[in-house]
Amino acid sequence: MKISYYPGCTLKTKAKNLEEAAVASMAALGIEFEELSRWNCCGAVHSLADDDLIHHVAPVRDLVRAMEQGSDTVVTLCSMCYNTLARANMLMRQDETKRKTINDFMSEEKDYHGEVEVLHFLTFLRDQVGFDALRAKVKTPLNGLKVATYYGCTLVRPRDVSIEPTGDRQLMKSFLEALGATPVDFPDATLCCGSYQILSNPEAALDVVSGILGSAVSAGADALILSCPLCEYNLAKKQEHLLESNKIAKKIPVFYFTQLLAVALGLGGEACRFDLNEKSAVEFLKAKNVPVAASV
Amino acid sequence: MPIEISEKTVKRDFIEKISKLSGQDVYKCYQCGTCGGACPMSDHMDAVPRKIMRMAQFGMEEAVTGSKTFWTCASCHSCSVNCPRGIDLARVMEAIRLLTLRKNLNMVEVSGLPAETVEELPQIALVSCFRKLTS
Repeated sequence: MKISYYPGCTLKTKAKNLEEAAVASMAALGIEFEELSRWNCCGAVHSLADDDLIHHVAPVRDLVRAMEQGSDTVVTLCSMCYNTLARANMLMRQDETKRKTINDFMSEEKDYHGEVEVLHFLTFLRDQVGFDALRAKVKTPLNGLKVATYYGCTLVRPRDVSIEPTGDRQLMKSFLEALGATPVDFPDATLCCGSYQILSNPEAALDVVSGILGSAVSAGADALILSCPLCEYNLAKKQEHLLESNKIAKKIPVFYFTQLLAVALGLGGEACRFDLNEKSAVEFLKAKNVPVAASV
Repeated sequence: MPIEISEKTVKRDFIEKISKLSGQDVYKCYQCGTCGGACPMSDHMDAVPRKIMRMAQFGMEEAVTGSKTFWTCASCHSCSVNCPRGIDLARVMEAIRLLTLRKNLNMVEVSGLPAETVEELPQIALVSCFRKLTS
């Protein structure tokens, strides 16, 4: 199986901590990922209107790139990229008429019929690496870390692209258990963080965010993991503001799942770019004796 | 306030457009309100999704397109996965959004955004917001 890795725009800028921790972890796990060459933005959201095919061109083009490079699988880290690529792929597999229109429009490309599989890295860890094998590679178990598992929307909805179609929220739980941490499920684990409404309707988005953070704290978590840079912005970068306006009672450190993975694999925090996380998150790790890079 | 519903007021072409763009049959909705219960943004909507569906069934074009509900929707699909009638409400909201945006309207004016906001936000926030809320 040849695997392409699709980073997406935000992982090369604001979310380097999501990507660099993952790339280092892949190397430590002996996984050979090849970054897709000539990838383009996936479009971030899937077009929902029946006559709006032009917006499927961007994600389909990425899948064509993977196919022509001989890959049968594309792995993503960002939840939004995962959702957009997986749904475009499903459309190309299932809708003959739309597939033909899109293929005809991209006459310079090879025809695409959904040959490539789109996977999120969490699914890859579960199915291709295996959580028992992962547990065996852990060098710094995250003992005593109670971590809330936040999925948000795009990893689990709609159901036909969900990383867990059963909806039983086991994947992040098993992932954290393999790292030696204590997973904390909480009622708002799959509630939307308000997404892009942070730009157009910040008041509404921040109301949802404060509910999610409060729900995680009430469930007994002392940190939270996620896999989407937009969720990270809303749930982590906005905490200071929410605390100042009394919308949350206390802060909770937020990490990308790949950062805890890298630390547990003994990569010492050097690869994790904790400098891009909130200061309170770094202080939390130090207090828990979790290694962070000397420079942070 | 009484609402007059008659052959004269029901905008059939509006119902047809929603149906064509969304691929959904608005008449399937039986008003249980599960969508609004599942919606994280419903507190900030002037009409809950159930009400939008009812108004759409009666072809109340002005009332539907004049509401802020579909601008507040974040397309998270909570309504869609929970609807007992199998209606993909996120697609209905998208259809109403597009019927408005395609009149060359923008809900977000890109040029009016403060530079520090653009600098601070992750790219996916900007791309997704512009995709959903600009023409």
